[in-house]
Amino acid sequence: MHEFNEPFVTAWQLVAGADARLAGIVLLSLSVSLTATLIACVAGMPVGALLAVGRFPGRRVLIVLFNGLMGLPPVVVGLLIYLLLSRAGPLGQFGLLFSPAAMVIAQAVLVTPIVAALTRQVIADEWSEYREQLRSLGASRSRAAATLLWDGRFSLSTAALAGFGRAIAEVGAVMIVGGNIDGVTRVMTTTIALETSKGDLPLALALGFILIAVVLAINAVAYAMRGWAERHWG
Amino acid sequence: MNGTHWLAVNGLSLTEGSTRIIDDASLRFGAQHTVVLGPNGAGKSTLLRLIHGLLHPTGGSLDWPRALSQAMVFQRPVMLRTTALANVIYGLKLKGHSATECEQRARQALARVGLDALAKRPARLLSGGEQQRVALARAWALEPQLLILDEPTASLDPASSREVERIIKDIAAAGARILMTTHNLGQARRLGEEIVFIDRGRIVEQTPVEQFFTQPQTEAAQRFLKEESP
Amino acid sequence: MITRRLLCSALVAAGLLAAAASHAQERFITVASTTSTEQSGLFGHLLPVFEKANGIKVRVVALGTGQALDLARRGDADVVFVHDKAAEEKFVAEGFGVKRQEVMYNDFVVIGPKADPAKAAGKDILEGLRRIEAAKAPFVSRGDKSGTHAAELRYWKAAGVDLDKVKGPWYRDTGSGMGPALNTAASMNAYILADRGTWLSFKNRGDLGIVVEGDQKLFNQYGVILVNPAKHAHVKVADGQKFIDWVVSEAGQKAIADYKIGGEQLFFPNAKR
Repeated sequence: MHEFNEPFVTAWQLVAGADARLAGIVLLSLSVSLTATLIACVAGMPVGALLAVGRFPGRRVLIVLFNGLMGLPPVVVGLLIYLLLSRAGPLGQFGLLFSPAAMVIAQAVLVTPIVAALTRQVIADEWSEYREQLRSLGASRSRAAATLLWDGRFSLSTAALAGFGRAIAEVGAVMIVGGNIDGVTRVMTTTIALETSKGDLPLALALGFILIAVVLAINAVAYAMRGWAERHWG
Repeated sequence: MNGTHWLAVNGLSLTEGSTRIIDDASLRFGAQHTVVLGPNGAGKSTLLRLIHGLLHPTGGSLDWPRALSQAMVFQRPVMLRTTALANVIYGLKLKGHSATECEQRARQALARVGLDALAKRPARLLSGGEQQRVALARAWALEPQLLILDEPTASLDPASSREVERIIKDIAAAGARILMTTHNLGQARRLGEEIVFIDRGRIVEQTPVEQFFTQPQTEAAQRFLKEESP
Repeated sequence: MITRRLLCSALVAAGLLAAAASHAQERFITVASTTSTEQSGLFGHLLPVFEKANGIKVRVVALGTGQALDLARRGDADVVFVHDKAAEEKFVAEGFGVKRQEVMYNDFVVIGPKADPAKAAGKDILEGLRRIEAAKAPFVSRGDKSGTHAAELRYWKAAGVDLDKVKGPWYRDTGSGMGPALNTAASMNAYILADRGTWLSFKNRGDLGIVVEGDQKLFNQYGVILVNPAKHAHVKVADGQKFIDWVVSEAGQKAIADYKIGGEQLFFPNAKR
């Protein structure tokens, strides 16, 4: 068990020492995953809402599809995006491979189905409560979707958080499309993978603790904000 | 009963599987304030929803001599997670009014139901009675020609119920036709002009209010009144 | 509330875009190299010297040799820096590389349990491998088309061992980089072929130590090649060539020789000029 002592101490020393490289890696992880989650919300939430309130052929198939895509393996997403962005691939001329932008794209693709599927669930529950009243007032289905997205914003924050959690914790996609380049595309998870493969397990574990702490902190803040908002808005 | 009706229901049916929820209903609505009564599960709420357009009949038709603008208030008030004022404005915005007009009309509606002081409060934090008054303000602000209410005071305490009854009377006085259901016979007697009695999906009786309570014409109605009276 | 969150996200996105823009404007080349070279720490020592002298950032994508060459074939790198002469020459012959130049060498070592159950210890790599196979002692292979893996297969062949015939539970093909393979070997107490550089900087040694070293055959040559602009027009020819020229120059070769772990030199410069 003492194997866990050293990493705790190392983790604490890294944070207390305000190691510049560590700060850079943490900031990059956060900005890549936050941006990807933001894109996933912009793309996925309207889709989820329309799937919940809409009525069109193929709707059930789409619901099953999105639910299934929640389990997309990150490494597969990484491979697909790599093939797209590679110079030999269709989008090669933009030179996006091995950059933070590529990592954002890969994580956005990974996270959008999660956000869409969870949004659909939230909005479907809202819809069963509001359907008659909104239809009585004359709201079209798309108008209702927009209204419920705003109204369900607190529950939807949970969907966004779930997406963010997936993004910041994955290593398969960002490793392939980012290349784990020192100072450019090295994030927390790829650093942990690198240190593990170098056999520096205490350091890897220490970084792991820091990653968990960051994620927990974000979740705690979100939870508190949501509690305040619910008490305020009902 | 004067000759002009505002809605003719012809052979209206709603069948789900093998159950006839509404069974070949035919009647003409002509009163200014109609109350639909009947035992639980008779189909009162379903009839209202068919008339409002929330449900589609499997048979028969609704014939409107002149199309009427409608608004509906439900048993449980459905409030968006925003202020009372914003809830009322929402319906107005859907009708396409300008922002300033929406706010003006909404404030007037809230004042008419006695809630102008609570306009900026989060609607979901209001009491049940206050929320139902917001729902009424929201409906009233749309200036409907027909206001439909499905057991509007069922979840409210007596004091709030009286408030709501007063508001309904005010809306009627302003010129809207009222179509409502209730389990509260006293309320039906206080507010209604004509009673439509429905039992197991069939229209059984259509009688002016006083006559319904003193001399119900059908056996079913007599049985109903006996059971429902305290 | 939602405005606040949107604002935060917008700020973050703006920051990222700014960073991306600054990175895009940064002058850099992409070098595809091997995990063993990166994990030895050589690049951490070598590249800052080059970058300071030339103002060109070097972005290293570290993969196995086979993967690195495939990456370059697709045009996703400007320069390759790997250690598999046969594969490198094929790369140039196919027209994907301009010219192969030798840069430095290090050596392979056989790592194994200090108790050495197969009695493989010594200076002879081929004899050592024969003994490991005879004893059916656990042996971890990288199995990942890397330069190290290619070398391992050559040694088995040279030792007269037909792997397809004798492969069994003792031969563990992990399909992984040098570091992960060493981790696996350490936890299984198995033998493994590794480059000295990675071994010297590897910390999770368990009960393992160097078992076979010093054989001339264990000499591991590194080559550097510019990706051919005729196949991929966007290759940064001028800056890529600057890097190659520097690495084989006196300054670059000295920087390579200066890199030490625990006082021990890992790589031996041998560029022909």
